[in-house]
Amino acid sequence: MTAAANAKQRAVKAKKIRQFITPEGIDLELRIASAGLRFGALLVDLLLIVLTLFLFSLFMLWVGLASRSDVTVVVWMLGAFVLRTFWFIGFELGSRAATPGKRLMGIRVVARDGGRLTADAVVARNLIRELELFLPLIMLGAGASEDMVSGWIMLAGVLWSLTLSLFLLFNRDRMRMGDLIAGTWVVMAQRVKLDADIASDAAGEAMTFTDTELAVYGIFELQELERVLRGRDPRAMREVADAIRAKIGRPIAEEDDVFLLSYYRQLKARLERKLLFGKRREDKYASD
Amino acid sequence: MIPPAASARAVDAPSFSTGRFRAEREADWIAFDLLLAKLEKKGAKALTSDELLQLPLLYRATLSSLSIARATSLDKALLDHLEALSIRGYFLVYGVRESRWSRLRRFFLYDWPAAVRSVWKETLIIALVILLGALTSYSLVSSNPEWYFNFVDEEMSGGRDPRATAEFLQSTLGHGKAAGEKGESGLHVFATYLFTHNSRVSILSFALGFAFGVPTLMLEYYQGIGLGAMMAVFSAKGLGYDFGGWLFIHGTTELFAAALSGAAGLRIGTAVVFPGARGRLQAASDAGRTAGKVMVGVILMLFAAGLLEGFGRQLITDTMLRYAIGSLMLLLWLGYYYIPRREDVT
Repeated sequence: MTAAANAKQRAVKAKKIRQFITPEGIDLELRIASAGLRFGALLVDLLLIVLTLFLFSLFMLWVGLASRSDVTVVVWMLGAFVLRTFWFIGFELGSRAATPGKRLMGIRVVARDGGRLTADAVVARNLIRELELFLPLIMLGAGASEDMVSGWIMLAGVLWSLTLSLFLLFNRDRMRMGDLIAGTWVVMAQRVKLDADIASDAAGEAMTFTDTELAVYGIFELQELERVLRGRDPRAMREVADAIRAKIGRPIAEEDDVFLLSYYRQLKARLERKLLFGKRREDKYASD
Repeated sequence: MIPPAASARAVDAPSFSTGRFRAEREADWIAFDLLLAKLEKKGAKALTSDELLQLPLLYRATLSSLSIARATSLDKALLDHLEALSIRGYFLVYGVRESRWSRLRRFFLYDWPAAVRSVWKETLIIALVILLGALTSYSLVSSNPEWYFNFVDEEMSGGRDPRATAEFLQSTLGHGKAAGEKGESGLHVFATYLFTHNSRVSILSFALGFAFGVPTLMLEYYQGIGLGAMMAVFSAKGLGYDFGGWLFIHGTTELFAAALSGAAGLRIGTAVVFPGARGRLQAASDAGRTAGKVMVGVILMLFAAGLLEGFGRQLITDTMLRYAIGSLMLLLWLGYYYIPRREDVT
């Protein structure tokens, strides 16, 4: 990987990050959820809705056959309406501000101005969804049912309604029409488990490196190394260990994991010491 | 003055190391994590008063850990964990201030009527548009009944067209034998169908407001057209008074709701076109929130209208009584929305 590619990767990541300063003055650096994640969440939700509706229908059918009353029809119609209209609203009003699909994808809804996510915003963003999801279908249906509408007009209608539905692809904050109206964002809200600190392992003392041997890498490489160490995949560790050995000119003399752990620990200590003096070295291409 | 022992220790074990930083504060993070999990699962009521007092302390401790870690630590797992924990904490600490119950109470007492009041101009415009639609088709159909077939779908009218006899028309209004053709058991199914259908249309007319309000206006005008055409057919047979009652009992609620949903849509449309001094995004989101409140109210109103239409209209066949109920409903809604309240100022 070249310096330019590294920088590019960082820039892409930074593009997704939005400043979000809490009243305590700390920037939470929220990440905008990608269109793919949101589409996945939508699919999961729709699947769950259909599944719930199916089970609900079976239950109502059973009750209806048993009681021989058409009250079940009413309950079914109301239930289907509530399910379709309030599935999203109900879940997003909860403390996690996410539907099951969103939870699964690790995303949530947030008020864009940093304030509380209010009920009216949730209602507004989800009622607009009705339009975004169904207008293209309605257009198709209307075009197909009326013979006098020519194919071209129908195509234009579908395209127009699709631009409404795909609105989130055309702005950098990935806002849906509903997000725009309600003043909301969808951001990443994954839970991250606190892993053990691998630098404090006793194995880190096994061998020592000189300053010149440590000076070849920066923060980017350090964190890649951390990823490999936490992944514990022997093949990846072998590859990385070989690459480092070649770079600093050391013979293969010890186990890969011992070597990598020692190197990681001492590199981290070195870079963190520099950090305390205000020197941040982003990657191996940056000057020391 | 620094004691010599301390300076000697500083050489082999630095007074600040990220390992020590983590060891000192880890307990706080874990406690905060547990507290948040409890809060997310069971709500604020599940916490003891002791835990409630601890929540802001642990929250601030975590935020300060995050800012220190960002400046000093390169442990990616640690940074990611603290970041995710802070984000979760922020939205819970600043998010949960009101129970769902008090939210609901406030909505019914103040927010809903206030939102409806604030779109009064749009409501008036939409009401005029519906009226205009009704007048257009009424005058056209009265002068030439053939127009009727341009306005009203054959299937929708169910035989209620200019060719029908006065007796048949009378029977569709719920006087005479044909009134109970479906049998009374079908009433609630019918009412539910009307409610869900009308809610769909209203949500659509609200959502279409986004396209600068034009489709909303067209949709509302079209509603007026159907109404006026029907009215012309019935009044030509001398049934205007009876038809009025048939319409009035649920129509005051339903048409009011239709006008409000159109108004909500129009509010959004105008905010997008004419944002005024605010930014366009800000204007759109302000309008969207007001409109969202109005729309919840609209769905509730349509529910009431569906009940009136399904039950009230079929069971009450006296035209005077129908007028009375319709007017009462109208007065109720007007009073609820437009009589000012003291707490409104806050």
